[in-house]
Amino acid sequence: MSVDEPEPLIHARGLVKRFGDFVAVDGIDLDVMPGEAFGFLGPNGAGKSSTMRMIGCVSPPSDGVLRILGLDPRTQGPRIRAKLGVVPQLDTLDLELTVRENLLIYGRYFGLPRAVARERGDQLLDFVQLLDRADDTVEPLSGGMKRRLTIARSLINEPQLLLLDEPTTGLDPQARHVVWDRLFRLKQQGVTLVLTTHYMDEAEQLCDRLVVMDKGRIAAEGSPRDLIERYSSRDVVELRFAIGENEVNAEKLTGLGDRMEVLPDRVLLYADDGDGCLELVHDRGVVPLSVLVRRSTLEDVFLRLTGRSLVE
Amino acid sequence: MVALTSSHVMRSYAYWLVVYRRTWRGTVITSLLSPVMYLAAMGVGLGSLVKGGNGTDGLTYLQFVAPGLLAATAMQIGSFESTYPVLGSFKWMGNYHAAAATPLTPSAILVGHLLWMATRALIASSVYLAIIAAFGALRTPLAILALPVSVLVGLAFAAPITAFAASRDRDSGFAALQRFIVVPMFLFSGTFFNVTQLPAVIRPIAYVTPLWHGVRLSRDLTTGQLEPGAGWLIPLHVLYLVALVVVGVVIARRVYQAKLAK
Repeated sequence: MSVDEPEPLIHARGLVKRFGDFVAVDGIDLDVMPGEAFGFLGPNGAGKSSTMRMIGCVSPPSDGVLRILGLDPRTQGPRIRAKLGVVPQLDTLDLELTVRENLLIYGRYFGLPRAVARERGDQLLDFVQLLDRADDTVEPLSGGMKRRLTIARSLINEPQLLLLDEPTTGLDPQARHVVWDRLFRLKQQGVTLVLTTHYMDEAEQLCDRLVVMDKGRIAAEGSPRDLIERYSSRDVVELRFAIGENEVNAEKLTGLGDRMEVLPDRVLLYADDGDGCLELVHDRGVVPLSVLVRRSTLEDVFLRLTGRSLVE
Repeated sequence: MVALTSSHVMRSYAYWLVVYRRTWRGTVITSLLSPVMYLAAMGVGLGSLVKGGNGTDGLTYLQFVAPGLLAATAMQIGSFESTYPVLGSFKWMGNYHAAAATPLTPSAILVGHLLWMATRALIASSVYLAIIAAFGALRTPLAILALPVSVLVGLAFAAPITAFAASRDRDSGFAALQRFIVVPMFLFSGTFFNVTQLPAVIRPIAYVTPLWHGVRLSRDLTTGQLEPGAGWLIPLHVLYLVALVVVGVVIARRVYQAKLAK
């Protein structure tokens, strides 16, 4: 590695996680650089959380190379974890304790002197807009507040790398936007973020670069824009027809756009010029019940790469 | 394998201190009232019907039963603190998982919690011993040594039960543990009467119960009277209890490792 190129915070080659016969992560390669906001996208069971747990040094890799902050998690777990912040998928707050006590205990885990933990804790509570609740017990707080407290807690050791496993799952839209706003500020401050999500809007909002995972492997990698360009068209035309008439109408549309997808409730035409494509639809005498021309999103990429069928 | 450092253990221990600072009020009544009631009912009340003699090692019944209750309390604390709080820390409260994401190792998390259980046993036994003293049932200053014995008894239960509770996914085994192990030991391991009164076939079972060893030590120390002709048993009692702690810790450590670093 050359001198001017910074060392990646996360470096993985052929990383594997097995639980008995089940392969959760099946040989992935990754490099996350300092200051990046990096996302793992994928359906449930794709291996995102297992990967995160290996990066968080609480789950030893079954095979392959993994280096976090330049250290080996197999032997240096505690040293690495001292510099990580972790927001787990489910909050692990102490509900009977106060908001502030939750931060103090966590600070203690990292060996912070009481006064330092207290001062930093109050700054962080201010940052996540919970300072006025500092002396309340956690139990009655809303889901969004608990999530913000978990985020504040993960920052108590001033981590070099912040790992967020589905940071906004289960939150209402207002609460999600508050969390996004705080994460965006952290990103601006240069904190390296690594997150998993299955919300495409979350990934588009926060991630500079992301990978789509499916069945333990990386299906695609790039910036949100890259991925849309590579795996989708600029526009998507969504056509709705009366029930049972999708197939008939779809036949009449053969050849339009780059690609057509017939769903139970809609027919999608992927095209670089959505409005132009819609005119061609009308030219063929097809009259849908409703029409929507929109830009492609990550969701289109995601569904194309991981399929539409439910994996349970 | 990363070495277990004492500072990490103390950080894990500190967690339980903070939690206790919030919840200790709820335990005060029990830990004060329960000794008074037991000593009054068993030691004084029932004791008035019991004539001291060979069956009570020549002690009054109050002097006889008080150290037994002291050891039994340590057992109860040890076996409670190692069930629901342990399972809950893995499953319901998640505090173990939170700690495992920090520099703390599974071993530090375990040992810190065990240290806390020992502290709980120490607190409850100290209160108990003070109340026994107030009842005038201590015969020697040596009785203060019954406190470390209580801690040892508490841990001899807590460590193996921690290993058991940590390996469970549900709390279904805990009621059975109380019903078939803790309560029978409370009744038949020498707390209320010498196990020599038991039928000869059952007696060996009493001898392998950890509580019997604890009761013997506790009674030796609070009365200053070594069990007749069997002073040489004292190191064996201690070793037996220590062995249970060690076995418990070794197994629990594996379970914690498997659950927190899988």
